[in-house]
Amino acid sequence: MDAGLTGSAALFTLNPGERMTLTATDLLLEATDVSKTYGAVVALRGASLAVRPGEVHALMGANGAGKSTLVKILTGAVTPDRGRIVIRGNERTANSPAQARRNGIVSVYQEPAVIPDLDIRDNLRLTDTPVEAFRHWLSELGLPNLSLASLARRLPLASLRIVDLARALALEPDVLLLDEITAALPANLTERVLHVVQQRRDDRSVIFISHRMIEIAAICDRATVLRNGETVGVVDVKAGSEDTIVKLMLGEGVTSVRRDDVSAAAVNSEGQTARISARNLSASRRLRDASFDLYPGEVLGVVALDGQGQDELFDILAGGERPSGGTLQLDGQNVAFRHPADAIRMGVVFVAADRAEALLMQRSVRENISLPANARIRTWGWINLGRERHKVDGAVATLQIDARAGSEVRRLSGGNQQKVTIARWVAGGVRTMLCFDPTRGIDIGTKGQIYVLLRDLAAAGAAVLLYTSELKEIQLACDRAIVIFGGEVVAELSAADADEAALLRAAHNLKPGSALPEQLVAASSAEKAAVEAAIGEAAPSTTMSES
Amino acid sequence: MSAAATTPERSMAGRSWRHAMRDYPLIPLSILLVALVIVAELVRPGTVSSNWVAITIRQAVILAILAGCQTLTMLTGGIDLSVGYVASMAGFVTATFVQQPGGWQMGVAVALGAAALAGLVNGIGIGIFRVHPLIMTLGMGLIVFGFANVWQLKNVQTGAGVPIEIRTLGVGLTGDLVPNNLLVFVPVAILLILGLRRTGYGRMLYAIGDNPIAARLSGVRSWQVLVVVYVISALLAALAGLLQAGLSNVASVALVNPYLLPSVAAAVIGGTSILGGRGGYSGTIVGALILTVLTGVLSTILPEPWRQIVFGAIVVLVAAAYTRVTAER
Amino acid sequence: MSAATAHVEQPRQGSSSRVNTFARDNAWTLSLLGFLAVLLVFIKFVNPNYGFGSMQGTATSILPLALAAVAQAVVVISGGIDLSLSSQMALTSCIAATLMKNNPGDGLAVGIVVVVLLIGMLLGAVNGGLIVLTKVPDIIVTLSTFFIFAGFALLVSPAPGGAAADWLKSLVVGALGVDFLPKAAILLIVITAVIWIPLSRSKLGLSLFAIGSNQLAAFRSGVAVNRTKVLSYMITGLVAAFAGLSLVASTGIGTPVPEPTYVLISIAAVVLGGVSLAGGIGGVFGPIIAVVILQLIRDAMTFMQIDPNYGLVAQGLILIGVLMVGSLIQMRRSRA
Repeated sequence: MDAGLTGSAALFTLNPGERMTLTATDLLLEATDVSKTYGAVVALRGASLAVRPGEVHALMGANGAGKSTLVKILTGAVTPDRGRIVIRGNERTANSPAQARRNGIVSVYQEPAVIPDLDIRDNLRLTDTPVEAFRHWLSELGLPNLSLASLARRLPLASLRIVDLARALALEPDVLLLDEITAALPANLTERVLHVVQQRRDDRSVIFISHRMIEIAAICDRATVLRNGETVGVVDVKAGSEDTIVKLMLGEGVTSVRRDDVSAAAVNSEGQTARISARNLSASRRLRDASFDLYPGEVLGVVALDGQGQDELFDILAGGERPSGGTLQLDGQNVAFRHPADAIRMGVVFVAADRAEALLMQRSVRENISLPANARIRTWGWINLGRERHKVDGAVATLQIDARAGSEVRRLSGGNQQKVTIARWVAGGVRTMLCFDPTRGIDIGTKGQIYVLLRDLAAAGAAVLLYTSELKEIQLACDRAIVIFGGEVVAELSAADADEAALLRAAHNLKPGSALPEQLVAASSAEKAAVEAAIGEAAPSTTMSES
Repeated sequence: MSAAATTPERSMAGRSWRHAMRDYPLIPLSILLVALVIVAELVRPGTVSSNWVAITIRQAVILAILAGCQTLTMLTGGIDLSVGYVASMAGFVTATFVQQPGGWQMGVAVALGAAALAGLVNGIGIGIFRVHPLIMTLGMGLIVFGFANVWQLKNVQTGAGVPIEIRTLGVGLTGDLVPNNLLVFVPVAILLILGLRRTGYGRMLYAIGDNPIAARLSGVRSWQVLVVVYVISALLAALAGLLQAGLSNVASVALVNPYLLPSVAAAVIGGTSILGGRGGYSGTIVGALILTVLTGVLSTILPEPWRQIVFGAIVVLVAAAYTRVTAER
Repeated sequence: MSAATAHVEQPRQGSSSRVNTFARDNAWTLSLLGFLAVLLVFIKFVNPNYGFGSMQGTATSILPLALAAVAQAVVVISGGIDLSLSSQMALTSCIAATLMKNNPGDGLAVGIVVVVLLIGMLLGAVNGGLIVLTKVPDIIVTLSTFFIFAGFALLVSPAPGGAAADWLKSLVVGALGVDFLPKAAILLIVITAVIWIPLSRSKLGLSLFAIGSNQLAAFRSGVAVNRTKVLSYMITGLVAAFAGLSLVASTGIGTPVPEPTYVLISIAAVVLGGVSLAGGIGGVFGPIIAVVILQLIRDAMTFMQIDPNYGLVAQGLILIGVLMVGSLIQMRRSRA
């Protein structure tokens, strides 16, 4: 299996030498041959994971590699079809999170497992958490003043995640499983969290899941990499092992998209009227003062760390939210969108990262693509099926959507689903497209197709605003990029200058030339302000969603 | 979620009937209906006659129209609990106008107007004020019922009788064969089926029921859709009320109330999801027929209590079957 | 959606003196109580003859409805809804009345009451079990069991009939010693308090709120979601059986035909009483007060010589109006 990769720095679990040195009793947790099939979909095929006592162990894998299924199995949320889980030498099964906890595994998720309508004290009581230990960890994590009487619903997401983590730590589990908990966490809290996780080194272990390679490098000892439901390697994390991990995650024969694939069009914005001209836009407490211009014929990249106001910015531009200050001009005219319908009427369309938010999962590809075409009252009448099919087929062809399983969109793959959300707008002709992390969690081939499409749209005269959480993509798809930090546009770079290092510096609001932070950035004053804003904010957006 | 790791390893054998039920629910439903008719004939030979068919259809039509109200509103993720009261009110109000200036035609106009107003208020409450449909239509039902009672007290002297024209519509046969109310129903049914499948508005009902956020992001103003759907629902209910008044030759303010829960059941059996976004009216029609035939069949072989028990059991069984076949993956 | 609770003042962290906390947690219930007091004064004003005797009558007639509201509140808090409530009441009342027909001794009658309460829990277990096993939405399952339980009620007693033990009847009629303590009201408070107060302080109570508030988070917090759901329906069934018994006690017979208004009014009272239909928020005392208010409004209109049918209209208007104003306030707030 995967013999072609043995040349790399990976130590394989299947390597006999490795096996010899690590007998079962040396391991805190060992999962072997874990398989799980959902209907027709194989999520895990014989995956394995071995965690030594006292280590911070990263679990890596591209989306769909089986990471989340393995996590669910370890935490008892899902029962595996096959496989053994051994903890401290004893074979264990868990059919519920409660049982997993009794086995010594406690997990913290991106969506905190906190009951929104109970106060913190009741949440602790529900999980039999010792209050004193909880308080201790809470202050370790930087929230010493949190009132236990506060209703969880009224706390910001960042605080809830800290509460969830402090609760997990207070339960003193053998294995603490952290699933993407630093995503959208303010930098100072992230630092605290990583610090606490790293300090907790006795004979108990942490399984750490994060997309941020920089965090993996900073705190993890080893990493297990999954691909297509299998364990493809175990890597000792040290300087330079990122490349190995990425290679393992991607597998062979897949290369990343290159700029050469994408037809670049030089944009000359001189003398042109900006399609979108934003001045001093502000909203809630995150977006403070954003100004930029987006010209026809260009793809403008937006770069920001999580939670710097980019969500609010896109919400305003797409008509989902009204700004609390500033002006927005479209083709030189002042506009104020009160509803997404207003923006769409003016030709401003929005592609969301979260496909569950954008698609009618039980409906067909055709209905999903023609949805905007029927939205307005005057289009509520008889549908000309011939014309509709023509338009839909055109969009399906443009985006190369594999719509064979077309009777319900939820049966399509993630990549094809995302293409449907884009096809919906392409079918009607695009003037201005706002894309918020459109390639999140989709395969690399589809990513490439989406970039080519965005470039083609720009070449045809459309204006495209592209926020992406993957910095490499900026140079691939964009003509220039703006960087948002603390709710303000702090830098603008041309595509040529926008390499990863430069973007990362700018995203942390560091001056050009200063050293790239070793792991996490010291809090500058502006950052502190942003963090305070994030913490102090009790916006409804922080309440949890059912899934 | 996990999208990349898809490998088509389908075991086709046990799956095909599920696909059939999920994608073409009409087929198993029709089989069930035919089976019920056969049972009816076997249990008591000679049951199934043209007369029996006419009786069954007359009742099924009323149930089907009321179930249409539930279908439309359930597609949007709502429900309409005011249909029973609105329908009864419509039949009753029409009757009170028989000896008034304007006659029964005026009565029908007033009844439809009142129904539309009730639906409009429902729609505004649900669409604009975001009141839960269950509560909104429940409260509206109480209000309509209350006003109908007040109206009854005011008009008790003038006397109320179901106008002959409505009678004819309700129980008459055209060509000694086709129930008149079927003639009313067929165009309504065609309108609903095609409206759901082939109009932009129909698509919007499915869209806001499936995913209101996606609909909003695509530029749908859902309050417009909701206001219209509850008005349509109330008008359909009024129509059902007129037909029921004609059928039973009774005008009472509580006449149609017993149909309320069966109307929800018929839509559910017909494959419309109470969670929204899935279903259609053709299934509902078969669902209404199944429930009507079932009630008829059961009444020949079972005493009333057992009839209700079997009725409830069938609703929950069919709903469970749908849940199984439409479950994710 | 929890429009009713939207009025509740935003708590300020830190200002947590006990009185404040209590007032904040129960602001909606307290304002309902205030409204109830105003209503009683108003009734006394329009009908000076309204006294403690009338209150006793009111209490007796409200008792089944109030218990139905409590039953509904429990299941709504845990994220469900029970449309079969009135059938459960009909079935339990028929069983009780039929068993008591031949004038059993007091001891046996107590045994009958216990059996009926157990049957109520069994009915709830059927509801909850079906919901958990079939994964069909609560509203559809309980719609089906509405018919099923009603059928069984007809099997038990094809026509209204049976009898109630004398002590049972005397439990709900008249006053306890002094005039201003209607027995029915005392009974209501005792039943509710005995069931709800220990429950709401137990882990089971927390779990009920938890699964209603956020099922996934509850599951991840280690709550046995399915078991809790079944238990919530069993508690509802238990209270519904109390409601059925109170019907027998106040009418002296069992009635096999369920009265759908019990379901409708119970849902209305639950929502008006500050319970969110989405689950996770509320209590049982708010719904009780809401039931009393809804009933007294009709009484007040009778005293004012207004056509009592306007009472229905008023009930509907209050229900809709309160929720509309509530969501209006909520929308304003989220926009600000």
